[in-house]
Amino acid sequence: MREKTKHDLRLLLLGIVVYAAIQTLISIGFIQDYWERNIVYVCINVILATSLNLINGITGQFSIGHAGFMAVGAYVGAIMTVKLGLPFIVGIIAGALGAAVLGFIIGLPTLRLTGDYLAIATLGLGEIIRITILNIPYVGGASGFMGIPKLTNFTWAFFLMLFVLFFIKNFVNSTHGRACISIRENEIAAEAMGVDTTKYKVLAFTLGAAFAGVAGALFSHYTYIAHPASFTFMRSFDILTMVVLGGLGSMSGSIVGAIFFTGVSAFFADWPEWRMVIYSLLLISLMLFRPQGLFGNKELSLKMFGRLMGGERRDTAKGN
Amino acid sequence: MDSFLQQFYQQLVNGISLGSIYALIALGYTMVYGIIRLINFAHGDVYMLGAYVAFFATTFLKLSFFPALIVAMAVSALVGVTIERFAYRPLRNAPRIAVLITAIGVSLFLEYGGMLVVSPQPRTFPALLPTEIYNLGGVVINSYQIIILVVSLILMAILTYIVHRTKIGKAMRAVSFDNDTARLMGIDVDRVISFTFAIGSALAAAAGVLVGIYYNSIDPLMGIMPGLKAFVAAVLGGIGILPGAMLGGVIMGVVEAMVSGFISSTFRDAAAFGILILILLFRPSGLLGKYVREKV
Repeated sequence: MREKTKHDLRLLLLGIVVYAAIQTLISIGFIQDYWERNIVYVCINVILATSLNLINGITGQFSIGHAGFMAVGAYVGAIMTVKLGLPFIVGIIAGALGAAVLGFIIGLPTLRLTGDYLAIATLGLGEIIRITILNIPYVGGASGFMGIPKLTNFTWAFFLMLFVLFFIKNFVNSTHGRACISIRENEIAAEAMGVDTTKYKVLAFTLGAAFAGVAGALFSHYTYIAHPASFTFMRSFDILTMVVLGGLGSMSGSIVGAIFFTGVSAFFADWPEWRMVIYSLLLISLMLFRPQGLFGNKELSLKMFGRLMGGERRDTAKGN
Repeated sequence: MDSFLQQFYQQLVNGISLGSIYALIALGYTMVYGIIRLINFAHGDVYMLGAYVAFFATTFLKLSFFPALIVAMAVSALVGVTIERFAYRPLRNAPRIAVLITAIGVSLFLEYGGMLVVSPQPRTFPALLPTEIYNLGGVVINSYQIIILVVSLILMAILTYIVHRTKIGKAMRAVSFDNDTARLMGIDVDRVISFTFAIGSALAAAAGVLVGIYYNSIDPLMGIMPGLKAFVAAVLGGIGILPGAMLGGVIMGVVEAMVSGFISSTFRDAAAFGILILILLFRPSGLLGKYVREKV
C-alpha cells in the first residue's frame, strides 16, 4: 500500500513537471496559439479516451456512443455558466453529474445487451441524445448554444485530466476495478464467482459517462459554442479510434492514442481535403498491421522498454 | 375520405418506398453479419458509390435507366469484393473490434476519397424515367415509387432464389451456420464470403440508384444515415435473417414516414434509433430471430 502511494506521488510529481514545462513554454511564447489549442485538445481527448477505455477496454462493454455524454456535459455546463451565471467549476461538476445520471439511466437497461448489440444500442442512444438536444430551443436548437465564455485554459484542462487519470488508475487497481476486469475476461464466469456484474457494468458506464461530461464541459468552454454537429457518432468513432489505436485495456495506450490522434489531426489541418483520406488510410493500415493497438493491453512502463530492448516479445492480444 | 386517413395512407405509400430502399441495403448488412459477424460500416458508402456510378454512366455514357443500374451494381460488387479482400480478409483472426475500426476506416476513406474525386457539392441526378403521378382517392403515388417497389421486389426475389436454390446459396447458408464445419465439409469459405460481399454491394448500389432517381440529388456523404438505418432495420428483423431484413426495412421506412408526417421531420432519425433500443431491450434477437442462450 505504501509502495503504491509512493508510486502515485512520483507520477503526480511527473505530471506537475510536465505542466510547469508546457506552461512555461506557453508563457514565453514558444508554443503559439495554434499548438496551445491542440495541447488543450490533447487534454480533453485524453479524458475522453481514458473514460471510454474504462468502459470498453477495462470492463469490456463495447460502447460507441460516447459523444452523447460529452454533449450532455457540454450543454449542462454551458447552461450553468451562461444561463445561471454560476462559476466554471460548478458547470463542470454539473456537466459530469448530468452525464453520469444519464449514463446510469441508460446503462441500467442497455447493459443487458452484449457485444455488437450493445455497440449499436449505444450508438443509437448517442444519436438520440444529440437529436433531442437539437430539438430543445432553450439551448439554441440546431444553431447551437452560442456565447459561452472561454473559461477553459491549459491549466484547467491539464489538472482535470490529471484528476481523471488518477481516479481511473486507482479505480482500476481497486477491488471494483478487478471486478470490472473479471467481467471483461469472462462475464459468465465472473457472475458465477459472485461478482455483481450488473452493478459493476453500470458503475463503469456511469463513471465513463461522467468523465465524458467533464470533457464536454471543458470543450464547450473552450470553443465558445456547443453545437449538436460536434457530437455526432463520428465524434464517438474518433474517441473509439484513440482507444483502439493505443490498445484496448491499456490506460497509457489511451493517452498515447489521444495524443497521436490529435497530433495527426493537427498536422493535416493544412490540407483539409486530404486530411480525412490520409487519416482513414492510416487507420486501416494501423489495424491491418497491429490489430491489438499500439500497446495491446499492456501498460507503458520502464519495464516495457527494457523488454523491447531485450527483444523478448509476448503477445497478450485478446481475441473475442 | 377524411384527411387523417388520407394522410395516413399517403405516409404509408411514402414509407413503403423508402422502406424497400432500406430493405435493399439491410440485406447486405444482414448477409455480411450472418457470415463473418461484422457490422460493415462501409456498406452505406457502397450505396453512395452505386448512385455515383449510375450518375456518371447516365450523364457521360448516356446510358438509360436499366443499363445504368446494371453497371452500378457490377462496379459496386467489384468494389465490395475488393474491400473485403484487402481490408477485412487480413483481419479474419484479429479481435472483432479491430475489424470494426477497419470498417469505419474504409467508410471514411470512401466518403472523403469520394469528396476529393467528385467534389463535396450535391449533384442533380438526371431524370431517367418519365414522371407520372397517379391519384388514388386522394393518395398520390408517383411512378418512381412504383419503380422502386418493383425493382426492389425483383432483386429480393432473385436473392431469395440464389440463397435457397443454388449451390453457392447453400454454401452461404452453411458458412453462416457454422464457419468451421463448412470449411471441413470442403466449402471454400473465402470464396463464399467474397460472393456475399459482391451480392450485398450490388443490392446496396441498386438502392443508391433508386434513391438517386427518387430524390434527384446525390452527395458523397449520402450513405451515412441510410447505412445506419439499414443496419437498424437488419437488427430489427433479426440479424442474419434475410426475410427479417426485408421486414425490418419496410417497418423502418413506414415508421420514419409516419413520424415525419405526423410529428416532426426533425425526430425522424431519433425514431429509428428509438425503435432500435426498444427492440434490443425487449427482443434482442429481432422480430424473426430466435433467442439463443449464451453458454460458458
